[in-house]
Amino acid sequence: MDISLKNVEYRYSADTPFERLAIKDVSIDIPSGSYLAIIGHTGSGKSTVLQHLNALLKPTKGAVVIGSREIKAGRKEKNLKGIREKVGIVFQFPEHQLFEETVEKDICFGPMNFGVSETEAKRRARDAIKQVGLSESILEKSPFDLSGGQMRRVAIAGVLAMEPECIVLDEPTAGLDPRGRKEIMDLFYTLHKERGLATVLVTHSMEDAARYADEIVIMHKGTVLKKGKPLEIFSNPEELLAHGLDVPEVLRFQMKVEKAFNTKFSKTCLTEDELTDVMADFLTGRVPR
Amino acid sequence: MMEKMIIGRYVPADSILHRMDPRSKLIIVFLFVCVIFLANNIWTYGILVLYTFLMASFSKIQARFLIGGLKPVLWLVLFTFFLHLFLTKEGAIILDLGWFKVYEEGLRQGIFISLRFFLLILITSLLTLTTTPIEITDGLERLLGPLKKVKFPVHELALMMSIALRFIPTLMQETDKIIKAQTARGVEYTSGPIKDRLKAVVPLLIPLFISSFKRAEELAVAMEARGYKGGEGRTKYRQLSWAVADTLMIVGLLFVTILLLVFRG
Ligand SMILES: Nc1ncnc2c1ncn2[C@@H]1O[C@H](COP(=O)(O)OP(=O)(O)OP(=O)(O)O)[C@@H](O)[C@H]1O
Ligand SMILES: [Mg+2]
Repeated sequence: MDISLKNVEYRYSADTPFERLAIKDVSIDIPSGSYLAIIGHTGSGKSTVLQHLNALLKPTKGAVVIGSREIKAGRKEKNLKGIREKVGIVFQFPEHQLFEETVEKDICFGPMNFGVSETEAKRRARDAIKQVGLSESILEKSPFDLSGGQMRRVAIAGVLAMEPECIVLDEPTAGLDPRGRKEIMDLFYTLHKERGLATVLVTHSMEDAARYADEIVIMHKGTVLKKGKPLEIFSNPEELLAHGLDVPEVLRFQMKVEKAFNTKFSKTCLTEDELTDVMADFLTGRVPR
Repeated sequence: MMEKMIIGRYVPADSILHRMDPRSKLIIVFLFVCVIFLANNIWTYGILVLYTFLMASFSKIQARFLIGGLKPVLWLVLFTFFLHLFLTKEGAIILDLGWFKVYEEGLRQGIFISLRFFLLILITSLLTLTTTPIEITDGLERLLGPLKKVKFPVHELALMMSIALRFIPTLMQETDKIIKAQTARGVEYTSGPIKDRLKAVVPLLIPLFISSFKRAEELAVAMEARGYKGGEGRTKYRQLSWAVADTLMIVGLLFVTILLLVFRG
């Protein structure tokens, strides 16, 4: 299922004194099975873009195509449930959406809303809780007795159990410890690779964007500043830095080395391994200084 | 969804109403609430409607926004109207459908009482739309100041009120966020059978309650950490100033009151 935004504009509180243009002229394509990262400053419109991906927001101009449905500005839309079943969203701080008495019931809530039977939902709950790295015994607990990190994982499991075709993640690791962060990011990457789950990730971490994504979109003040493959995006780090955005640490290091030796390596390195190879070649003199 | 709601919201602008002293605005609203009960015929209600619309135009707030924002409350107003229409059984019958009769007095009562209700909401909305919560609190605290002598907890009351006002928008945002999160999990809030929509309230209210309690606790801790200990000996950074316009506005309302007394039947 492909999703694409076509020249989307969105104004919050349109026609009131609080009207606020959040995004304008945003065009993004998300082919099925791809991994897209969206980066940008706080307030640049990332979350607003995400909410268009399953029709939680309707564009005030332009159109959003989700599979075979087209959501157009200025038209009444009915029966959006089908879309929401296929596109799962993990919101910023998803732990705020927990409400059931037990973790199991909360995870089953989504699937059962979409008409999945109780036994099937429970099976999915057991699967999902293991996927997010928690033990099955937690299913019987109240979600409110868990730690913040555990609650986050339960909330994520609740979205995974819907078994969407596309998963949309709004800073899923904000506020987690480094290890938890890596576990969660690896989990989504595995799902993406194994099941071909299309993934859209909003993140402030350039490392994550560089490591996992096929395609990166950079948002700036409500518009798309740049989009392309990670290598294309980061091969011109000066532009990113000029907009106050970071580049991956590896690349920053490479830039420092290049500056210190007054040279330019043959390629842009996004992982430690790549950089070690390039530097080893350089230092042992296999590449002329 | 909630973004069009205007109750408890402040719209910054530069208008006569915005510049007025919060005390005079509070006095006017209080007087208006009393005076509105004087109206009992077309003329007197007409005067009140005129007065309210005049005030609304003074506020420089777009009419479209005001009306849009009051829409949710209009349902309540309509409900009041029909309640009176159906339940009052006095005067001549003006519509007879056999199983159901509309009485003259019912229609009159329905129109007048729902109109009264509407005007009250409009006037109080104008107060909160043109006055920041903090101003309202300051004004109220000063107006009720004399009651401190009889050990009435004026400061605490004012504080409670300002906290409540301050958190209305936050609560709305939160509501919006949770509605979206649960909608993404397959709940339908805007369509579907009533029974399902009622059931959908639980996944909304529980997270809302939990975050409100948490926020209340955090606020209490933050206040204590900054040494809050009530109004005793507290000085104010913002000073209230009463201008000629404030006196004129109150005189205006007194004039309206006299008109009402003259024209009421
Ligand atoms: N509910 C809302 N009502 C009014 N304006 C909003 C609302 N939500 C967001 N905005 C505005 O829209 C713009 C984009 O917000 P958005 O939440 O999409 O940013 P973001 O890129 O997700 O930021 P962050 O990294 O902080 O999450 C901001 O200027 C914000 O103030
Ligand atoms: Mg955001």
